[in-house]
Amino acid sequence: MYGNDFGPSANEGEDVRPIDDAAAQVRFDALLADDERIEPRDWMPAGYRKTLIRQIAQHAHSEIIGMQPEGNWITRAPSLRRKAILLAKVQDEAGHGLYLYSAAETLGAERDELTEMLITGRQRYSSIFNYPAVTWADVGAIGWLVDGAAIVNQVPICRCSYGPYARAMIRICKEESFHQRQGFELLLTLSRGTDHQRTMLQDAVDRWWWPSLMMFGPPDDASPNTAQSMAWGIKRHTNDELRQRFVDMTVPQADVLGVSLPDPDLELVDDHWRHGPIDWDEFNAVLRGEGACNRQRIEHRTTAHTDGAWVRDAAAAYAEKHQRAAA
Amino acid sequence: MNRFALVLGLADDALIAAQRLAEWVANAPELEEDVALANIALDTLGRARVLLAHAGEIEGAGRNEDDLAMLRDEREFTNVQLAELENGHFGTTIARLWLYSTWQLTWWEALTSSTDETLAAVAQKSIKELRYHVDHGERWVRRLGDGTEVSHERMQDGLDRVWPHVAELFTNWVGTDLIEQGVTVAPATLEARCRERWAHVINEATLSTPQVPTVPGGGRRGIHTESMGYLLAEMQHMARSHPGATW
Amino acid sequence: MSTSWPLWEVFIRPRRGLSHTHVGSVHAPDAAFAVRNARDLYTRRNEGVSIWVVPSAQITASSPDERDEFFDPAADKVYRHPTFYELPEEVRHL
Repeated sequence: MYGNDFGPSANEGEDVRPIDDAAAQVRFDALLADDERIEPRDWMPAGYRKTLIRQIAQHAHSEIIGMQPEGNWITRAPSLRRKAILLAKVQDEAGHGLYLYSAAETLGAERDELTEMLITGRQRYSSIFNYPAVTWADVGAIGWLVDGAAIVNQVPICRCSYGPYARAMIRICKEESFHQRQGFELLLTLSRGTDHQRTMLQDAVDRWWWPSLMMFGPPDDASPNTAQSMAWGIKRHTNDELRQRFVDMTVPQADVLGVSLPDPDLELVDDHWRHGPIDWDEFNAVLRGEGACNRQRIEHRTTAHTDGAWVRDAAAAYAEKHQRAAA
Repeated sequence: MNRFALVLGLADDALIAAQRLAEWVANAPELEEDVALANIALDTLGRARVLLAHAGEIEGAGRNEDDLAMLRDEREFTNVQLAELENGHFGTTIARLWLYSTWQLTWWEALTSSTDETLAAVAQKSIKELRYHVDHGERWVRRLGDGTEVSHERMQDGLDRVWPHVAELFTNWVGTDLIEQGVTVAPATLEARCRERWAHVINEATLSTPQVPTVPGGGRRGIHTESMGYLLAEMQHMARSHPGATW
Repeated sequence: MSTSWPLWEVFIRPRRGLSHTHVGSVHAPDAAFAVRNARDLYTRRNEGVSIWVVPSAQITASSPDERDEFFDPAADKVYRHPTFYELPEEVRHL
């Protein structure tokens, strides 16, 4: 909502503002303590709002930028069934981006501003999309590993303390489960296919495994914001907890696909699959813009946005003309 | 002209139109439009798949939808050239989408009473989808035509580019036997309705009906624009690089 | 900087017999497009049979700060609820 639902609105003037911030803070803390949801018009600490806007926007940007690596394959999908599935999936990602922008707008961040922040590099998107999707098997690996990791990350956000974000997430998680399944099924088909297809499969898993583990973010001891986010109920589990959950889920699935995971240290200890050291230098390099596709992804988004300006302007001009005519 | 050729032509119209439209994904002027264009592409691709499968059954040579889509050469594709025209700017895409959808809608409305039961069933589903596509097209033609000066110019430019391929839509390519059997109608019978609707919307959108020369066409005989080869190369290369593979 | 399209709140009736429920928002240049964008975005999986859109700016809401005086007074009117009344067990259909 409520683009206007957080501040001065239609009933501006009669708006009753909090008596004082201390009292409001007490009420806010009490809501969190009761595991209640914060809603757009509630008073909230500036840091809470800022953190949410940053996180939701980054999440939305990731969905939109994430359309590109797979979108590249829609026109080349090897069968019409796969083409339809992939088209529907990439369309869902646009949809998910929109749900999330819609949630961010309830905090007073307009989509235009957020788009601007994205294309000028002031807000991030998930680094995973700076890796190139170079073969058809990558489409499957993205579904299985990248969407799989995203789901593990996202499920707890369905219980996020901020209502609109949690609601958007519930919708997204429901829809996303098909994304991971189609990826796995795609890979399973390759695993039962020709030698060439199996090679393609293993190669994609080799390239996407480590980046998908990095999707959970830096290890807990290097993640300074986690504690505050958890206190605010924005985050429910630490990066390492979620990463572990993902690895535990995924290793047995790799067996079914008959692929090896590119980690010689992978070992079952106390019912958990322990992975080897993650190359955080690579992670940080991609964050700094040294990934294969950083520049390309942003340029693509910028071009679509800039090239579309005359179309958006036309529709707005038409609406204004015809509203005036009707008035 | 047999029933196989008819169904295949209809299938190719949808397949190639969907392929072109899908190129827009992640490139649309606004995210909402990405979602809308993908919806239209999905409807159209869905129709192509049913029709290709139907064509394969009629042929009885064991070719499935993918064999027909991926393993035929350019000269064997019999879609109208309008379907394959490059996207260009958004105005050109809208012009193509709108003219194509209007024409398709009249065609599929006629096929609701086809004696080919599969075609009649496809028609029932397609007309619902196509009404939406036409409406989407018309909304944009009006908004771009009657929006800003720039958009007016581009919308007119888009129409002018696509218009030379309109005549082909109504040239006769279906056998009289199929018309007599009630499988289809003659394409020419759709022309008056289409042109009337187009003129109406063009006028409302403050645009003018293009005064541009018609091109020879020939899509139904497998003669295509030069851009078609690239479209097929992209669409078919995976399937052709891995003969016999399952995906 | 191009013109940005206004924001619209979207309400969907999931099926006949149910009320429209708020599901989120869309951007659109006008009301007609808002309905279509809402259709494409929020009913991709048969989630609805009817759509309302309202310009977000047109919504007037109660203020959360008036919450106490708005909603607390209803809390002590327990006699509005059927469970407030004790009836002999043998009484039926009441």
